[in-house]
Amino acid sequence: MKFVIGIVRPEKANDVLEALYRTEVRGFSISRVQGHGGELDRVETYRGTTVKMGLSEKVRFEIAVSDAFVEPTIDALCEGARTGEVGDGKIFVVPLERAIRIRTGETDHGAVTPVGS
Amino acid sequence: MIAATGHIDTGDTAWMLTATALVLMMTPALGLFYAGLVRAKNTLNTFMMSIGALGVVTVAWVLIGYSLAFDKGKGFIGGLHLAFLHDVTLAPRAGTAIPHLLYMAFEASFCIITAALVSGAVVERMRFGAFLVFMVVWSLVVYAVLAHWVFGGGWLQQHGTLDFAGGVPVEMASGFSAFAAARVVGARKDYGRQALLPHNAVYVLLGAGLLWFGWFGFNGGSGYSTGSPSVLAFINTLLAPACSLVVWFGLDLLRNRRVTAIGAATAIIVGCVAITPAGGFVSPLSAMLLGALATLPSYAVILWRPRTRLDETLDVLAAHGLAGMTGILFVGFFAQLSWNGKANGLLYGHAGQLGWQALAALVAPIYAFGATYVILRVIGRFMPLRATEREEALGMDVVQHGEEAYTTGEGAILVVPEGGVEGMVGVAQP
Repeated sequence: MKFVIGIVRPEKANDVLEALYRTEVRGFSISRVQGHGGELDRVETYRGTTVKMGLSEKVRFEIAVSDAFVEPTIDALCEGARTGEVGDGKIFVVPLERAIRIRTGETDHGAVTPVGS
Repeated sequence: MIAATGHIDTGDTAWMLTATALVLMMTPALGLFYAGLVRAKNTLNTFMMSIGALGVVTVAWVLIGYSLAFDKGKGFIGGLHLAFLHDVTLAPRAGTAIPHLLYMAFEASFCIITAALVSGAVVERMRFGAFLVFMVVWSLVVYAVLAHWVFGGGWLQQHGTLDFAGGVPVEMASGFSAFAAARVVGARKDYGRQALLPHNAVYVLLGAGLLWFGWFGFNGGSGYSTGSPSVLAFINTLLAPACSLVVWFGLDLLRNRRVTAIGAATAIIVGCVAITPAGGFVSPLSAMLLGALATLPSYAVILWRPRTRLDETLDVLAAHGLAGMTGILFVGFFAQLSWNGKANGLLYGHAGQLGWQALAALVAPIYAFGATYVILRVIGRFMPLRATEREEALGMDVVQHGEEAYTTGEGAILVVPEGGVEGMVGVAQP
């Protein structure tokens, strides 16, 4: 069981959602985050004030998957989020100790497998 | 009241100064309306297309546009006698009791908002610079010509086409130009693949409300006086959009059992547009009927258009082109001599009036569409009309203006000018 964290461009979030759907990964959460990576800072000017925007908008996907789904999930994230330009984002895969479905109390594999599949 | 030549009426002048300011406010109101309808990353760019019109179109109008529209001509376009405000002075304008200069400014405010209206077709992908160039050329080649036809003594006006406040040069011109502009510039890259939703419905409602408020100057000022036509148009501007709202509520209820906010904002615009050509020519009850009727074609096209490949993004064609056409044709049926002192429509015994209204409803869209198509094709030869896909993805605010509408300042690093800020202790920047 792994916890896959994908940080992607906001404008590619829809493509990632599509790719995940095709891969039959149905359970995940997303949040809007700001972060800093390798991309160049944007320069913005407000009246006399010029600033470098050090943080870029990103969307963070959090997906808990059973082992068989780790690679397909990573592939889907890459496929959906890649543009080839600096700033496409990162994927982190971390071990997941426990998972519990609140409604039924199911744990681990049962908890990360969507109902009905 | 139209006073004797050479006489300035203080009441008329006071009202027309007010009306000019009211119409001028409609352009930022339109910017707000449009900005709410686009995605957050394009808010400023969309708003700036309207603000841009306040700059470049005003200059073009004063230098040459006003003359092309309102100088004497041979029917198609005016001359250049009034260019650079030559002979446009504080003396009364012929046929009115207000200063010529004020008349020019009132008409300027019309040209400004009309050019800005077209932006609705191309928001979220057209480059800002190219749009500014387009607005200048468009205001001279399309707006000034059509304004000459119906306001400036051109051929439609000579033959008796009735257009109170701009069904031809404002509403049909912007609507059908928007249609052409959407065709030439092309759809947004995400159009038809992603849901592209309005990011702030409150802006849309507030913008529509302010547009309605300004429209009292737009229609109420188009009698150029405080006389009966102005009063009639002013009251009709209250009545028609109210009926549009009520009918739109009903259409929304029929379609999805809920009354929508963005639908309501659209209904206000449709009602104001429809009454624009008819304001001072039809009775108050006819105005109410017009407000109700005008919703039907606009509602139908607003439902149909997103199912097509035509990314006429903010539905200028439906809200302005069609509602304006409905209003122009309505005058042909419902104009009432007893109210307007000028002409009757078909229902009151003068069938010929409908003929001239129908002709205007035919030629104005063709001219606006064709001329806009050619203008954009030509400008496209000299500069790219639209942003690249990557820029479109990033959002036009950051790409075109280097600003964001909803910046928090988090992660923003102050770039201190060389030599530092006077009297400030230097702080190490991360």
